Amino acid sequence: MRFFKIFALCFLIASCSHPHQNDDGGRESIQIKGSDTIVNLAQVWAERFVANKPDVNVGVTGGGSGTGFAALFNATCDIAMSSREIEEREKTLAQNKKVSPLEFKVGLDGLAILVNKDNPVDKLTISQLRDIFTAKITNWKEVGGYDEKIVILSRESNSGTHMFFKEHVIRGGDKNSKEEFSPRSLLMPSSQAIYDEIYQNPHALGYVGMGFINAKVKALSVSVDENSEYIYPTSENVLSGKYPISRPLYLYTNGRPQGLTKDFIDYALSDAGQKIVLETDFVPIKAVSI
Amino acid sequence: MKRKIIDFIIEKIIFLCGVLSIVFVVLIFCFLLKEGVSFFKDYDVFKFVFGKLWYPSSEPAQFGILALIVGSIYVTAGACLIAVPLGVAAALYISEIAPAGVRDVLKSCVELMAAVPSVVIGFVGMATLVPFVRELFDIPTGLTAFSGSIMLAFMAMPTIVTISEDAIRSVPWSYKEGALALGATRWQTIRRIVLKAAMPGIIAAIMLGIGRVIGETMAVMMITGNAAHIPSSIFEPVRTMTATIAAEMGETVRGGMHYKSLFAIGLVLFVITFSVNFIADLILGKKKRK
Repeated sequence: MRFFKIFALCFLIASCSHPHQNDDGGRESIQIKGSDTIVNLAQVWAERFVANKPDVNVGVTGGGSGTGFAALFNATCDIAMSSREIEEREKTLAQNKKVSPLEFKVGLDGLAILVNKDNPVDKLTISQLRDIFTAKITNWKEVGGYDEKIVILSRESNSGTHMFFKEHVIRGGDKNSKEEFSPRSLLMPSSQAIYDEIYQNPHALGYVGMGFINAKVKALSVSVDENSEYIYPTSENVLSGKYPISRPLYLYTNGRPQGLTKDFIDYALSDAGQKIVLETDFVPIKAVSI
Repeated sequence: MKRKIIDFIIEKIIFLCGVLSIVFVVLIFCFLLKEGVSFFKDYDVFKFVFGKLWYPSSEPAQFGILALIVGSIYVTAGACLIAVPLGVAAALYISEIAPAGVRDVLKSCVELMAAVPSVVIGFVGMATLVPFVRELFDIPTGLTAFSGSIMLAFMAMPTIVTISEDAIRSVPWSYKEGALALGATRWQTIRRIVLKAAMPGIIAAIMLGIGRVIGETMAVMMITGNAAHIPSSIFEPVRTMTATIAAEMGETVRGGMHYKSLFAIGLVLFVITFSVNFIADLILGKKKRK
């Protein structure tokens, strides 16, 4: 027994000190950095991308869209992920650093407003949504439903979805706005928890990624204002930009991508890459099926 | 000689184990104090404890935890109101009234209750209790302090039952014999003699039960709705201190204000549990001296 233990120990030490091949010889790597919304998606892309390329390494880190741009300008990453377009301020910064950011739209992110199946309301305007989430409207009858209190469901404040919803619906994209979610809104630990509560509670209303839409709950059609068309959240409507609560997902490179960076972008835009977009609950920029 | 050395070593090891628990408590407290106090350097204590708004990731951030403290108190008080009478009555039945066969079954069932993980209790509550509470009381949502109290009462019950049962059973036979010999009925004996004699143990059981309830996180996070709003009744959603720490800790920036504020909440929680235990000790000490 003792002999076996010593043997095992020796083996362990030997295998640890065994030098890895390909450590520097010809091993290529790319760094991807930026939006936390896209991190999961990019992670899956990276895993599948390197699956049959043993000498390629892809590093994916989050930090936020702004962090990604900063890293791209400082040449500490090859691809920046962003859930918004590059700002003017950042463009001038890029020029000063002699970087020319090139934009690739790789997918879309749409938020669906869900209610219970028994709720008679099936459309809302953005301003009605804003009033509901800031508790200016508290009863369903004010928006054409039964005389019942509205139960507002939101994600926890650290969620990117929470931030997006706050900035684009509650504050209507106005950077100086100080509007907040009503303190009465229920902060749920996950999108699944929001879905579960809506499934069983006819008074509830909440927002989740489009992947959660199914026949057991009702997604609302949303319009920009009363005179506009109410749009149902489908992949087509998000893709065409008609559905108002959506945002594009971008990858940015410095100039025309070359070599491995080009291969990665091509992979992200390929059918296989776009299928992953769908799998991770985002909307692909072209029609694919799982 | 050899014996003496071994004796000495073992004695010291046991001593060390005893001291370690104190060391850990002190270390945890110091760590909480360090992070929490550095928060109060930048944020007024009064504004923290009595502030009504909890918007930790807004600009400017609001760190008012009054709603969270009230939430924790509501849930804990509710759970105690349910668990204490039920638990003490169950302990009395098991130790004094139940026939041997029934007692064994009941005891093992109660102990089994303690083995159910809190996250399981949480989602059982979410799937069954939450819709039931909503329909029974005809309230907008079942994600309320009341639902949380019921589920937490379940979790405190095993502690309360097993420890009070021990206390009741350790009441000397001679007390009961004396009471019965004086012509007291069985109920009078239990109420006036057994319960009185076992009271210190029962109070300790209740305090331990409260400790379990106030520190419980997972189940509470899943079924109390997490709305940081001061509730006007127990049938409204609340956000507890523990759920806030658990939900937000994962995404905060290390060393940032939000991160420190969560430690400050931990400190408040620690002070509350410490005072509960301290008061319990005082009561027990007084009883004993009489």
